[in-house]
Amino acid sequence: MSAKTLYDKLWEDHLVHTEEDGTSLIYIDRHLVHEVTSPQAFEGLRLTGRQPWRPDSAIATPDHNVPTLGRAKGIEDPVARIQVAELDRNCEQFGITEFGMSDVRQGIVHVIGPEQGFILPGMTVVCGDSHTSTHGAMGALAFGIGTSEVEHVLATQCLIQKKSRTLRVSVDGKLGSGVTAKDIVLAIIGEIGTAGGTGYVIEFAGEAIRSLTMEGRMTVCNMTIEAGARAGLIAVDDTTIDYLRGRPHAPSGDRWEAAVKVWRGFHSEPDARFDREVRLDAAAIAPQVTWGTSPEMVVPVNDRVPDPDSEQDATRAEGMRRALDYMGLKANTPISEIPVDHVFIGSCTNGRIEDLRAAAAVAKGRQVADHVVQALVVPGSGLVKRQAEQEGLDKVFVDAGFEWREPGCSMCLAMNADQLNPGDRCASTSNRNFEGRQGKGGRTHLVGPAMAAAAAVAGHFIDVRDLQGN
Amino acid sequence: MDKFEKFTGVVVPLDRANVDTDAVIPKQFLKSIKRSGFGPNLFDEWRYLDQGQPDTDNSSRPLNKGFVLNDPRYRDGQILLTRDNFGCGSSREHAPWALADYGFKVIIAPSFADIFFNNCFKNGILPIVLESEYVDNLFRESDGETALELTVDLDAQTLTVAGGEKITFDVDPFRKHCLLEGLDDIGLTLEHSERIRAFEEKRRARAPWIFGE
Ligand code: SF4
Repeated sequence: MSAKTLYDKLWEDHLVHTEEDGTSLIYIDRHLVHEVTSPQAFEGLRLTGRQPWRPDSAIATPDHNVPTLGRAKGIEDPVARIQVAELDRNCEQFGITEFGMSDVRQGIVHVIGPEQGFILPGMTVVCGDSHTSTHGAMGALAFGIGTSEVEHVLATQCLIQKKSRTLRVSVDGKLGSGVTAKDIVLAIIGEIGTAGGTGYVIEFAGEAIRSLTMEGRMTVCNMTIEAGARAGLIAVDDTTIDYLRGRPHAPSGDRWEAAVKVWRGFHSEPDARFDREVRLDAAAIAPQVTWGTSPEMVVPVNDRVPDPDSEQDATRAEGMRRALDYMGLKANTPISEIPVDHVFIGSCTNGRIEDLRAAAAVAKGRQVADHVVQALVVPGSGLVKRQAEQEGLDKVFVDAGFEWREPGCSMCLAMNADQLNPGDRCASTSNRNFEGRQGKGGRTHLVGPAMAAAAAVAGHFIDVRDLQGN
Repeated sequence: MDKFEKFTGVVVPLDRANVDTDAVIPKQFLKSIKRSGFGPNLFDEWRYLDQGQPDTDNSSRPLNKGFVLNDPRYRDGQILLTRDNFGCGSSREHAPWALADYGFKVIIAPSFADIFFNNCFKNGILPIVLESEYVDNLFRESDGETALELTVDLDAQTLTVAGGEKITFDVDPFRKHCLLEGLDDIGLTLEHSERIRAFEEKRRARAPWIFGE
């Protein structure tokens, strides 16, 4: 029998049944639930008289719609208010643990899952949200699903799937100083494209990945979906285990010891074969900035906006022209000459404590540039917020002219009041730069947290390494 | 779910690659707790000149005349023709709900994003992957004075241009069966309840920390 990849192991561990054509029934260990993609699923249960198969496999929290200011007043928008109230009602009726809007454990679903130790190595994890890929950082098989599948998992604890192909992305060598997990993943997407991972599960490997903290690994796995792959994986090691020790939902005592023994097996065998391999040299990666309306439209900060006239493929060139037009940019403009008027630091990509520390280190002792209208810092969860405040980061941000907000998705997708206006240009630590993503007509440039803070103080994109004195 | 029957419909050519689900149905409409009623807001930001809001009347909004859904040739189109990586981005099932609510039954593209592709089948929409060459041809043919019509026969796995050419396509046999019969996935899976329970007991024995105390 051939040597197994991590994905093979996770797949086989959860295989309930396989039909002749390969269609399989996969057991799901964990289910994260939020207000936007669940109401129709719960309604489906009610209509068919079905019950959740295993309510303790799920936790829920409102994150997409919640206000980040004046939360005590409740939600002003009546439509959003109904949706959040509906989540409360559904969790209550179906016996699912919910961290409600005023609970300190509330936050972005992909931040709170790991933070609570609810997501553990070797698990299958789903959520009605594409960034469920984040949890692959734990050595878990985690992927986003649609609402029909949310209902399917609630009712049956299983999903119908076919096995994916495997792609290993190795990032060899050491990252330069000032270069972060966000830059790694943007560089990978720039390399393989937003459809490069379609049909694959990606395992991230190599020295640069191994050297990342869990926060950094979550940033990388989070954006696996932007590379077109449903799931990203990173093998379990000491970093994983140290991160999980003592978390509220992680096992303790003898169970912990037994679990760790099992978890240490969640890695690919040395001679396992992947369907495809991609290698990147970590030392060659510089801080990245997207210039267009797809995450693959990305260049190093010291580069220029590319020129559609030098693109051979006609459909691609047309896409580039449309993107430049939407973004209000001219080909060949140096990235460092693009001014920004909004900055957003947060999201499930970069809303964890380490991200806030990195941004605060740049903001400390500096001031947000005069023409920057708004610079928001939105912690990924109530616990991240509390931790940051204990470290005094909130004060650093506020002193520098940033706004310090309550946790949630906020301007990552602008379903609440945090939105760009047409023509606004934002340096954002989120994961999608699609047209209208942060508000109709808004222009998004994706960057890492230190780069976002640097753009805020400089008023335009700037190589953060220049500020850090490297 | 309704059974997927053979039909003939108008092809609507949306000549863009990487159309994401934010574009298919913008976020403000995701606040709904229903599955229906998204059709008038399909491609809202491209289709109208103003900004759409949930629970408002769309009939008097200013239309973007240049957008393909507003082209009189393609009125009542049921087949969407588009480019690579259609449906990328967010997993929102509101995207296929909006497409289905508008009246689309088939989407043809050289490639699809994975989650969206999957979501289509759950909502009676057939996503068809065709080689770029065929897609290019269909784009050319659908730009005539009158719209292009295609007959879609899922059982035979063919697309037929009125009065001529027949193109065959691939589809996963299980998904084909479910679409043709209008089957409910959950019902099918629950037929395996015994298996699931047995699996769960094994898993509990091997990894007890996954289950509540
Ligand atoms: S932070 Fe953004 S990407 Fe993450 S779950 Fe929220 S809306 Fe989705």
